[in-house]
Amino acid sequence: MFQHTRINSDLNFFQKLKNLDYVLLVCIILLSITSTLVMYSTDGGEFLYHTKSHATKLLVFFIMMLMISFFNIKFWHHLSYFFYFITTLLLIYVSIFGIKISGSQRWIDLYYIVLQPSELMKIAVILCLAKYYHRVSVEKINSFISIFLALTLILIPFILVLAQPDLGTSILIVSSGLIILWLGGVKIKYFFVSFITFLISLPFIISFLQPYQKLRILTFLNPDRDPLGAGYQIIQSKIAIGSGGFFGKGFLQGTQSYLDFLPEKHTDFIFTLFSEEFGFIGSILLLFLYTIIIIRIVSIGAFVKSIFAKLFCFGFAFAIFVYITVNLSMVLGLLPIVGSPLPIMSYGGSSMLATMIGFGIVMSAKIHSNQTII
Amino acid sequence: MIKKNLGIRKSDIINRRMFIIGAAKLIIFGGLIARLFSLQINENKKYLTLSDKNRIREWKLPPTRGNIVDYFGNTVAGNLKVYQLHVIPEQVENFAYLISRLQTILQLSNKRVEKIKKKKSQLKPWETLIVSENLSWSEFLKINNYLYELVGVKPVMTISRDYPFDDIYTHVLGYVSQPNEEDILANEVIQEKFVPGIKIGKLGLEKTLENDLIGVNDIQRYEVNAYGKRINQLEYQKGKQGSKIRITLDTEVQKLSAKLLEGKAGSISVMDIYTGEVIAMYSSPSYNPNSFLFGISQDEWQLIRNNPLKPLINKTLSGLYSPGSTIKPIVALSALENNIIDPKFKVRCKGKMELHGQTFHCWKEKGHGFMSLRNAMKQSCDTYFYEIARLLGVDRLKKTADKFGLGKKVLGEYFENEKSGQFPDTKWKINNLGRGWVLGETLITGIGQGYTQTTPIQLCLMTAQIANGGYKITPKILTDDNQLTSEQVKRVMLNNNNEKPFEKLFKEQKNIKIVQDSMFGSTNELRGTSYKSRIDDPKYQFAGKTGTAQVKRISKRERELDLKTSQIPYEERDHALYVAFGPYKNPRYSLSIIVEHGGSGSSAAAPMATKLFKLIIDRHELRKQVSDFKEFNI
Repeated sequence: MFQHTRINSDLNFFQKLKNLDYVLLVCIILLSITSTLVMYSTDGGEFLYHTKSHATKLLVFFIMMLMISFFNIKFWHHLSYFFYFITTLLLIYVSIFGIKISGSQRWIDLYYIVLQPSELMKIAVILCLAKYYHRVSVEKINSFISIFLALTLILIPFILVLAQPDLGTSILIVSSGLIILWLGGVKIKYFFVSFITFLISLPFIISFLQPYQKLRILTFLNPDRDPLGAGYQIIQSKIAIGSGGFFGKGFLQGTQSYLDFLPEKHTDFIFTLFSEEFGFIGSILLLFLYTIIIIRIVSIGAFVKSIFAKLFCFGFAFAIFVYITVNLSMVLGLLPIVGSPLPIMSYGGSSMLATMIGFGIVMSAKIHSNQTII
Repeated sequence: MIKKNLGIRKSDIINRRMFIIGAAKLIIFGGLIARLFSLQINENKKYLTLSDKNRIREWKLPPTRGNIVDYFGNTVAGNLKVYQLHVIPEQVENFAYLISRLQTILQLSNKRVEKIKKKKSQLKPWETLIVSENLSWSEFLKINNYLYELVGVKPVMTISRDYPFDDIYTHVLGYVSQPNEEDILANEVIQEKFVPGIKIGKLGLEKTLENDLIGVNDIQRYEVNAYGKRINQLEYQKGKQGSKIRITLDTEVQKLSAKLLEGKAGSISVMDIYTGEVIAMYSSPSYNPNSFLFGISQDEWQLIRNNPLKPLINKTLSGLYSPGSTIKPIVALSALENNIIDPKFKVRCKGKMELHGQTFHCWKEKGHGFMSLRNAMKQSCDTYFYEIARLLGVDRLKKTADKFGLGKKVLGEYFENEKSGQFPDTKWKINNLGRGWVLGETLITGIGQGYTQTTPIQLCLMTAQIANGGYKITPKILTDDNQLTSEQVKRVMLNNNNEKPFEKLFKEQKNIKIVQDSMFGSTNELRGTSYKSRIDDPKYQFAGKTGTAQVKRISKRERELDLKTSQIPYEERDHALYVAFGPYKNPRYSLSIIVEHGGSGSSAAAPMATKLFKLIIDRHELRKQVSDFKEFNI
């Protein structure tokens, strides 16, 4: 599938350009175009704020992704702990000075962008643990101290994000982290034991949830409980998707979103709008596009030589898969509503930035596939 | 080298574990696709419906009521175009300014403005606010002149109920007005069709026939957004006007009745003696139903309510009167049927009759001398009827009275306010008053006083059933396309006495003839009580019976004074009654007239019959033409 470049450390610009993964690149570009069109539709068929802002961010972050990919993967390996450290600091900063919107304190106003560090943490935790397991020797992987350290690396951001409060993102951070543990070779037995422990303690965990989070779970179990209140989002989302049918209502013809029945159509519910307008066919195609992206990243991961790059690629591919699954399950009424954006499609700079950084590092791993990291 | 090997081992673990995850991913994506499939393909219809339910909202408009026409097709309750002033608050820049401009242009009272402001606060900004329901043409023009500076104001033309004959038909048709909560709760059809601004029947046929008249709403379908704001109109579904109702009344006769009773309290009813069709039914005084359309003013309402002649009471159906001497045909018939008397039976009238120490006076103080049935009827001799009532007994009398429809509602299914009245007998008294019947009461029952209470429409029906030869008829107020014409009914009644459709109310028809003949004498022979009101022309000649119902017991002193009607206070004056049928040779119509506190039947009520019969019989041919053509489509 791929060919290793002969010279590892000293590729010139054109060689790097040649080594870019064009399949992935094309997929990202297609996804970007689709998301801009859908954003255009959420603006009611006009080139308004959301569309402009989304397109601009896509362009900026896309270029940034290319720049990232030209740096050697070794460089990102070096930077991993530092990136994790900085992001953790930002999370602490947010918990003290962050902007509070509708009850949660998640954002830092950076003038040109409102940054949500928890989104960056989704990538940072993968980077950090990839490096960690790159360095841990096989014998020590299942030692107590090793697992304890890895869990600490996951739990710190988890607790910080959970306290914002932001259950959705914190779960995504944990799942991204745990997958590296899994890939890194932690005994399967441990996963089973902790999974069962988790299930048993679930009722206790639920009792610690915020009232609005409990409400969401109850609503998820029975959306008709309060059709105009908490269940409204799920019901309207299902109506929009269901009414789309096989071919959809057509671009800019989604009545549910056009007439404001859909909540948060720019962000978490962007897929609902897409599915209403482009129907089953469109949804399958979008899912297919995501699948190609994931498979491509996994292939790159299988191909690269260094453990760090491999772990990162597999971890990132899995993370994207989880984001998509959680988001779609939510809008399809299969999971309770937890704030979770659809990568690239949803409006929101931080999520897009994190995803693009991820793509950039994957691309860098591809370009520098033969690079070994000691 | 070792390191490298370790690295390979590590990457083997990683790759193997990645493979497990890859399989899991496939399953999960498969699940998502299955879910998409179930929502978008399997349940597409359901969600499409829900989506339409979300975005499409209907606005109902008031339906157009069906017209009511008289027998000849003249509209008696129709629909009129009216001009209204609507404001859509959303489109108004400065509401306070606008309302003050409108106040000066239309000269609205401050009270009215307060009401409008209150109404506005209860509406959503895009809902129509009705500032004026009924603009005059000049106001409408004025508004149109100023329209350029009145943004958000819409002068519109709409439809409103209209009663072209004003108060002529009020007691028959009733009127329409805005429904109150009870009206809406009581009728499911109104519930379903209710929209602000709808008018519903409050009384009379407008109320009883509500479900036929109300019609089907026009429906506007709008696409709305999540907040209920209209985005665009999708469809305008035309409703249906309510059914047309044709009543049996004749406006000309109704008008004449109104004219005859002008300034008096009373009632006139006219009926076809074969079909039972009510030709006229007027209760005086009446009031204008058009006043109620846009809310009646307090002053006007007080004026109607406090009128001593009681315009709000439908006297034809709910006025209870002693029938007085108009009961005599029934008393005579009952005596004949029960073989108590024969036409030759004579009683000597000495002006009064003594019974158990009580004196019962005849209206003629000097007495009538020897009276036969015919003479007693003609001169309305009370003594004669005291005597035959005594011989007959009240229980047998009641049976006959019952047969002819006294004490029973006549048009009850159409008029909620109709009263049934009563005809007493011994059982009735025991049950209702707890005391035994006294023979003296039989005597006064025999001249239509005492406990007997009848409505004018009952007397009219009674007379009709005597006039048609003693057959039971069912009074009607609505035309029925399938019914027999008057002519056909007559043929059946005259030729086939044994045929089922018409119940016989007699044992021997000759008794009916005797009563008819004596009523003829009463009107057309010298000394008859209504002789002065007779018409000699056989075309119009009618037969009738006067009645004078006392409203209080005449004291001895008053009897001695023998006061003229005008000398007695209004409330104490006798009610004047008259029942008649005509033309005598070939009876067609019966009528009953009552003038409250009008004095004697012969002077106050009977003269009206003369004019009525002239008109009714003149219009008979016209009426026949209309009824002859079954397909006559009005």
